[in-house]
Amino acid sequence: MNSTLKRVALACLLMFGLLMLNVNYLQGVRADDLRADSRNVRNFFDRYEVERGRITAGDKVLAESVDTGSNDFRFERRYPEGKVYAPITGFFAPESESNIELAENSLLNGTSADLLIRRSIDLFTAKKTKGANVDLTINPKAQEAAYKALGASGKKGALVAIEPKTGAILAMVSIPTYDPNLLSKANKDEVNKASKKLETDKDQPLLNRAIRRTYPPGSTFKVVTMAAYLESDGTLGPQSQVDAPQRLDLPNTTADLPNYGGAACGSGRVTLSFALERSCNTPFGKIAMDLGYDAINDQARKFGIGGDPLAVPMPVAPSDFGPEEDKAALAQASIGQRSNQMTPLQMAMIAAGIANNGVVMKPYLVNKIADSEGGEIESADPEEFTTAISEDTARKLQEMMVNVVNNGTANAAQIPGVTVAGKTGTAETAEGKDPHAWFISFAPAEDPKIALALMVESGSAGDDASGGHTAAPIAKSVMEAVLGR
Amino acid sequence: MSTPSVEPVPLPAKRRLAQLAMLAFAVVIVMFAYANVGLAIDKQIPSGMLTYGLSLGGFMLAAYLVLAKFAPWADPLILPLVTLVNGLGLVMIYRLEQSKAFGASANTQLLWTAVGVVLFSVTLIVLRDHRALQRLTYTAGAIGLLLLISPLLPFIGKNINGARIWIEIPGVGQLQPAEFAKLALIVFFAGYLVAKRDVLALAGRRLLFIDLPRARDLGPILIVWGFSLGVLILQKDLGSSLLIFGTFIAMLYIATQRTSWVLIGILLFVGGAILAGMVFEHVHARFEVYLNPEDPELFQKVGGSEQLMQGLFAMATGGILGTGLGQGHPKQIPLAISDFIFPATGEELGLTGLMALLMVYALIVQRGLRTSIAARDPFSKLLAGGLSFILAWQVFIIVGGVTNLIPLTGLVTPFMSQGGSALLANWILIALLVRMSDAARKPPPQAIQDEGMTQVFQR
Repeated sequence: MNSTLKRVALACLLMFGLLMLNVNYLQGVRADDLRADSRNVRNFFDRYEVERGRITAGDKVLAESVDTGSNDFRFERRYPEGKVYAPITGFFAPESESNIELAENSLLNGTSADLLIRRSIDLFTAKKTKGANVDLTINPKAQEAAYKALGASGKKGALVAIEPKTGAILAMVSIPTYDPNLLSKANKDEVNKASKKLETDKDQPLLNRAIRRTYPPGSTFKVVTMAAYLESDGTLGPQSQVDAPQRLDLPNTTADLPNYGGAACGSGRVTLSFALERSCNTPFGKIAMDLGYDAINDQARKFGIGGDPLAVPMPVAPSDFGPEEDKAALAQASIGQRSNQMTPLQMAMIAAGIANNGVVMKPYLVNKIADSEGGEIESADPEEFTTAISEDTARKLQEMMVNVVNNGTANAAQIPGVTVAGKTGTAETAEGKDPHAWFISFAPAEDPKIALALMVESGSAGDDASGGHTAAPIAKSVMEAVLGR
Repeated sequence: MSTPSVEPVPLPAKRRLAQLAMLAFAVVIVMFAYANVGLAIDKQIPSGMLTYGLSLGGFMLAAYLVLAKFAPWADPLILPLVTLVNGLGLVMIYRLEQSKAFGASANTQLLWTAVGVVLFSVTLIVLRDHRALQRLTYTAGAIGLLLLISPLLPFIGKNINGARIWIEIPGVGQLQPAEFAKLALIVFFAGYLVAKRDVLALAGRRLLFIDLPRARDLGPILIVWGFSLGVLILQKDLGSSLLIFGTFIAMLYIATQRTSWVLIGILLFVGGAILAGMVFEHVHARFEVYLNPEDPELFQKVGGSEQLMQGLFAMATGGILGTGLGQGHPKQIPLAISDFIFPATGEELGLTGLMALLMVYALIVQRGLRTSIAARDPFSKLLAGGLSFILAWQVFIIVGGVTNLIPLTGLVTPFMSQGGSALLANWILIALLVRMSDAARKPPPQAIQDEGMTQVFQR
């Protein structure tokens, strides 16, 4: 029997050999495919395995990973400031992330090539690699003041505040918003339910109105038209006279362009400063028709409108002055109507450019990124984006915008002891619908620390909403927060 | 006058000390594994580590002492190897219990291990000569059959997870009688084949280069085949069916030295499998899953490929080195504590761990087959051969199944899966192997040689 026993032994050897080969094949050769299979829930657990870096602004922690001690979902993402910063931080959902969480994902989760050295050190010191911490340019005081002021009495809208000299974004508020904590739970079903509810909400709480949506800018766009006019002739100044009829006849149409509320604008011949202070429509319509489409559009492009798409690092929806049509359309576009569409960020950049003597700085949100041990990986380097206007033009515009606040439509934005410059806007949306209320401003005019654009969405601030009444007081409280008043 | 030089008869070494050292080593490995799980999950050495380690060490020391007293010549490797596998199984179950996997209970399994060691000891103490079993050939056969069909009996039989392979004994709990049946059947096969092997080996007609057995000798193989099909049809237990039939064929081959029996066996098996695949939905489903486990539709289906794929995902995640004990997610695999404990181990210990584990199984089988070859009588050879083969065959069926090498049929992974019946039965199996290896290695009583020499008494 020994010979057959030996053969049976050989058969057993063969069986074990096959098992071993197969195990090698599975765990060696096929492992990568199987690991990446979307049905392998371990990918889902892996998301929670690393301690993601913090997102901070000043001394505030906006997002952090908390060790739950659970084996499956080790680190849970929490947003201590919740809704206020949601349009900036975004969320960290089981299958997706958004905003900064998305844009800086590879650094936050520690997989970025920039963290190679840190990872190597961690490997040798047997430490678990943590993600890098992202510090934002946001000024928490400004952000919270803006959130509070804008969110009061159920208004919808957005605010962006920029430091004119650097482009650092000091505040970015979009209301209504959402609680990122609800979308960042390690529970697909719960998150899907919460996310479905937010997606179908007609108020679009997930939309970051500050950068992802464009609105007609209304009269705030008049500063661009004014800039084009001043640039066209260096002798022009705030005291130069322009025609300001009660109604401006629009060629080739039966319609004509009235002033706001059909009012007269001074005596029919006014200074440029007066036209801006009172926000008369007719002089700007006439200036635009005289200069032509190209002049206004070029000036708009110099402020960054319609140029290369921006990322702050979240992508910004492109703003657009509108296509070339007829003179009538040009007149309307030049006062921020018709197909003229701007993001609040773009309008803030215009205010910042004027404040910064004509140079528009590239806007950015990330101040500094440091690895878990504090080693700096990258820090913001302010960059010139465009030179929109000459310094001379900028000074004239600054002077006129200060007048708007001191003598004109924006007196609600006055701050005692600070020269505030601004421009209101009340953009009509559609016949019979409430307008959007706008306000752009910067302060202090002689040494600008903050430039901002604020938009209160149609229908959320009553039918008499206007830039001066609705938007300017909110802007004032944000500027006070930044200026420490 | 010159004295003819007498070659001393070489005695196999008992190697008792080496066995003790290896046993201690196995227990230490297991304790380290426990510590590993605790450190990974709670960042501290689990409070129960000493309890678990010392209990396991205590049981094994007891088993060792019984073995040293009642089977001193036994193979020194078998017990430490089994201890290692049993201990790793305990650690995996403990680890799965920590992540609250359904049904995992390390304490229960530890208790069963203790009972297993008791049965091991009792078997060694009571069964001084395994050849006594030969006299019980037909009794064993009857017991085996009774155990096999017992789940079909009303009142005690229970249907769990679609297979009717359990019996409920009030006060004791659920048992899987097939696990004990396989032992009784192997004893029966061994006794029966020793008696009939000369007849079964008789050549009938010669076809090509194979001597076919005579038609009238086909009876036994057809009866076993019929029973296996019965188990498959009535109990839906593919694993046990394949296990028993395969072992019978192997033993038939060992006894008769006729390759034709193997061919007939394979033909009968393939025929049965095709028949079952056509008639029974659950057998057909297993084939489909085997051929295309990644199919999204099969993945979604109830009783589809999800379980198998989860096991493969686990192994893939483990990769070469594994995630480390306590650091993977073996809880994701359905039935990770029983049928799928192998992939669960693969996730945390990786390819490295699985290769080592398979090697340990292979070594146990090898020690068993060695015992079989060293055995001095046909019954012992067949019994040891059959027991060793069934161990290898069971590992092949279940590990091959969960790694998609062969279609998946449910069986426990010997000594690892949670479950009392299998653990007890396998400990008895090991006791039998140890008993036979003791008999095989014990030096025969030596004739007094060279009677002319003066015998020197030493004080």
